[in-house]
Amino acid sequence: MDKVMRMSSEKGVVIFTKSSCCLCYAVQILFRDLRVQPTIHEIDNDPDCREIEKALVRLGCANAVPAVFVSGKLVGSTNDVMSLHLSGSLVPLIKP
Amino acid sequence: MNTTSTHFVPPRRFEVYEPLNQIGMWEESFKNNGGMYTPGSIIIPTNEKPDSLSEDTSHGTEGTPHKFDQEASTSRHPDKIQRRLAQNREAARKSRLRKKAYVQQLETSRLKLIHLEQELDHARQQGFYVGNGVDSNALCFSDNMSSGIVAFEMEYGHWVEEQNRQISELRTVLHGQVSDIELRSLVENAMKHYFQLFRMKSAAAKIDVFYVMSGMWKTSAERFFLWIGGFRPSELLKVLLPHFDPLTDQQLLDVCNLRQSCQQAEDALSQGMEKLQHTLAESVAAGKLCEGSYIPQMTCAMERLEALVSFVNQADHLRHETLQQMHRILTTRQAARGLLALGEYFQRLRALSSSWAARQREPT
Repeated sequence: MDKVMRMSSEKGVVIFTKSSCCLCYAVQILFRDLRVQPTIHEIDNDPDCREIEKALVRLGCANAVPAVFVSGKLVGSTNDVMSLHLSGSLVPLIKP
Repeated sequence: MNTTSTHFVPPRRFEVYEPLNQIGMWEESFKNNGGMYTPGSIIIPTNEKPDSLSEDTSHGTEGTPHKFDQEASTSRHPDKIQRRLAQNREAARKSRLRKKAYVQQLETSRLKLIHLEQELDHARQQGFYVGNGVDSNALCFSDNMSSGIVAFEMEYGHWVEEQNRQISELRTVLHGQVSDIELRSLVENAMKHYFQLFRMKSAAAKIDVFYVMSGMWKTSAERFFLWIGGFRPSELLKVLLPHFDPLTDQQLLDVCNLRQSCQQAEDALSQGMEKLQHTLAESVAAGKLCEGSYIPQMTCAMERLEALVSFVNQADHLRHETLQQMHRILTTRQAARGLLALGEYFQRLRALSSSWAARQREPT
């Protein structure tokens, strides 16, 4: 979906969230602790919420949110972010 | 018609029957081919006593007579009345014998149950995992437990038994000479065993997330350290670190980085959980807390609670990844020592729970 492509290809870390999603909040906290300022797109406040959700699911995020992109590339959802971080690969990715 | 044999329908399993089942059991033995029985009289089952029924002409050659026919025939034939009375007496006698056998069986079951309870108590004292983690004298099962959770508890009991076996094996093997290959397979098995537990927990969380969140299947001391339904990975790394010595500089760096990443991930999830509690409380308390009806609040709160399952899964994912990373960083031998230490740590916590419970029970 064009909108998702456009929004996700912004520089740095981009996270699609929903205001009611507490797991999204947890992911945001993690990036904040790593001293990174991600761009947050709260899709439930977006008129195209449904389409964005579908696009994110199609891209591979089973629950749509949270969906984390770094430099335009999809990193994944909470699981992926956690795995990357524990393996030490997240920090080099977000702060090259 | 005197018979010396007692026959009763043997129960399929050695367990206590409910009253309804008991009646059914006795009834079954009275029903026979064709289900013929007249009101007010009981017919002996034909398939069990061929000799005593040779004189009974109401079965066999005539097929299945209607009950109307039987009533009509007894009024015309007094010797049939006598025969029927004899049959009744015989059937009643057999019923009494069956009942006696059943009661004896109940008594035996009761004694066995008492014996089992004593054994369990004894095992608990020894620090073995027993029962559902509730440190009480008698076997007790919560009435609210669904069958899925009961199944989980039983599976967990087996899991702990296997865990104890694996730990003993590691202990024996590490105190002697063991090849790296053999050790590697033991380490793989131990890892797989933990991963199996996470899968079990995930299934249980779908059935009753509060149960998993509260660590209800664990012993009390383990529950004291509970973090989102299980152990806190960073704490565990702290406990196990001394057992990996000697570590290379690179390994030490990797382990420290892992511990820091764990802590950051745990903090993020903990804060997410706090937000979930906050939003849940908001949902429950929405509107005026004096209305007496609160269906919309319940609906909203239920939606919020769905997220709890995701958190439990994320926490287990963190535990899973921590174990994986440790496996990557350490040598086989170090990993084996670490897994042994981890296993014994939990064994000690379980033993602590039992000891503490025993101490609480002693009269002061």
